[in-house]
Amino acid sequence: MNEHDGKANDGAPPRLSVRGLAKHFTLHLRGGARLQVLRDTAFDVRAGECVALAGASGRGKSTLMKCLFGSYGSDAGSLRFDSSDGPVDIANIPPQRLLQLRRRDIAYVSQFLRAVPRVPALDVVAQRLVDADPAPPSDDLDDDAHARRMAAARDVARGLFARLNLPPALWDLPPATFSGGEQQRVNIARGFVQPARLLLLDEPTASLDAANRRVVIELVHEAKAQGAAVVGIFHDEEVRDAVADRRVELG
Amino acid sequence: MSEPLLRVRGLSHRFASARDERLAVRDAEFDLFPGEVVAIVGESGSGKSTLLNCIAGRITPTHGQVHYRDAADRWLDVHALTERQQRVLARTEWGFVEQNASDGLRLDVSAGANIGERLMGQGERHYGRLRATAQRWMERVELDTARIDDSPRAFSGGMRQRLQIARNLVTRPRLVLLDEPTSGLDVSVQARLLDLMRTLATRMHLCALIVTHDLGVARLLAQRTLVMRHGQVVEQGLTDRVLDDPQHPYTQLLVSSVVMP
Repeated sequence: MNEHDGKANDGAPPRLSVRGLAKHFTLHLRGGARLQVLRDTAFDVRAGECVALAGASGRGKSTLMKCLFGSYGSDAGSLRFDSSDGPVDIANIPPQRLLQLRRRDIAYVSQFLRAVPRVPALDVVAQRLVDADPAPPSDDLDDDAHARRMAAARDVARGLFARLNLPPALWDLPPATFSGGEQQRVNIARGFVQPARLLLLDEPTASLDAANRRVVIELVHEAKAQGAAVVGIFHDEEVRDAVADRRVELG
Repeated sequence: MSEPLLRVRGLSHRFASARDERLAVRDAEFDLFPGEVVAIVGESGSGKSTLLNCIAGRITPTHGQVHYRDAADRWLDVHALTERQQRVLARTEWGFVEQNASDGLRLDVSAGANIGERLMGQGERHYGRLRATAQRWMERVELDTARIDDSPRAFSGGMRQRLQIARNLVTRPRLVLLDEPTSGLDVSVQARLLDLMRTLATRMHLCALIVTHDLGVARLLAQRTLVMRHGQVVEQGLTDRVLDDPQHPYTQLLVSSVVMP
């Protein structure tokens, strides 16, 4: 596999190829009860394509997303991903390599925002952009250069906040006290600010109004046009029909 | 992927004063890589501080080795070094942030002198440069530079901890060991200190090993986490995987015992 450009192309290998994925949980606090959630799950996603995960609640949609992000381990199978430095199996890579992929290649928008307390919303988003492209070790303590990089990243973050109609009065405040919908928009901005090769969306519009749902639809279209492979859980049918190319049924 | 910075192999320690055969640390084994923050979590008495002190060279372990790759790319057996060599390493390439800031600071000299001390130990004697560097570090850790001549005795707990961090980072260490650095602080002070440590660790590409009983601290600060119980590392991995998909019964118990992990 040496085709790494971001275009959807019938001849190219898929951006993501899931095969034989299995995942269970052993609940030691409940007498070792065993919960098999995923069994022999398989599907492909091409660059520029959006796949919607379908299936009743409890069929493992969120579990699958977390296996793809690596916050859940996989019991069996492979998660072949065409990263910016070549093919990897997300189910079988060292933590350091997975962290590297998360900094640049894989973005995950969950339903809940998790951020260091007291960090302003703008910096929550700007930091992701700066982390994706770290300063060379030689000038890592050049305070002025660091301030310039953060300032440039904050400009990009402001653009996204404006598109998502987040009130400017909130931009410099830590998101802990924001409403659910406001936190969700900070989360979306953080997920989209760094162009990803694999974009994982877990109910990205759950607490948004119609206008902001449309903004998210636009953002997903733009990400696809830039070659992202998108895997999503969308309970909102309008959003799903607007962004998804096909459905993968679980369970 | 880069080469490890530190290798811990088969490390066990039994305190001479222990009444039974119980090991304070049992067969610990892991690598640390440049640029990562790693947390050791566990209840008090789990052996996490003993493990940290064995790595720092402050306790000679009963068994096992700690190997460190120095700035000249040589692998050093930390416990085979002379005391003097260990001291030099501790003042140059390593940092140690104490839980109690007064153990890591000199309270009878000014804040500026506390920051400048390690630089002077490396031969810097120029007063103007020492002072300028101390001021810059006070800014980086968000301390009021007008307080440069004050004794840390007059500082709050949070300010002392910031000063201790500046004092350690001024020589650009490659490995920093932190023992419960935020545990004595108010929650709001803790949050700002965590953000500061995270930002500096990323910018300086340093490796930090932090001992904490607080899973929230591990979640926000550390990319990887080791869980200790009765002296043993029972589980280790990516922090979010350890906390969201814990495998070991003890980790499941630990995660389910906190209000907001």
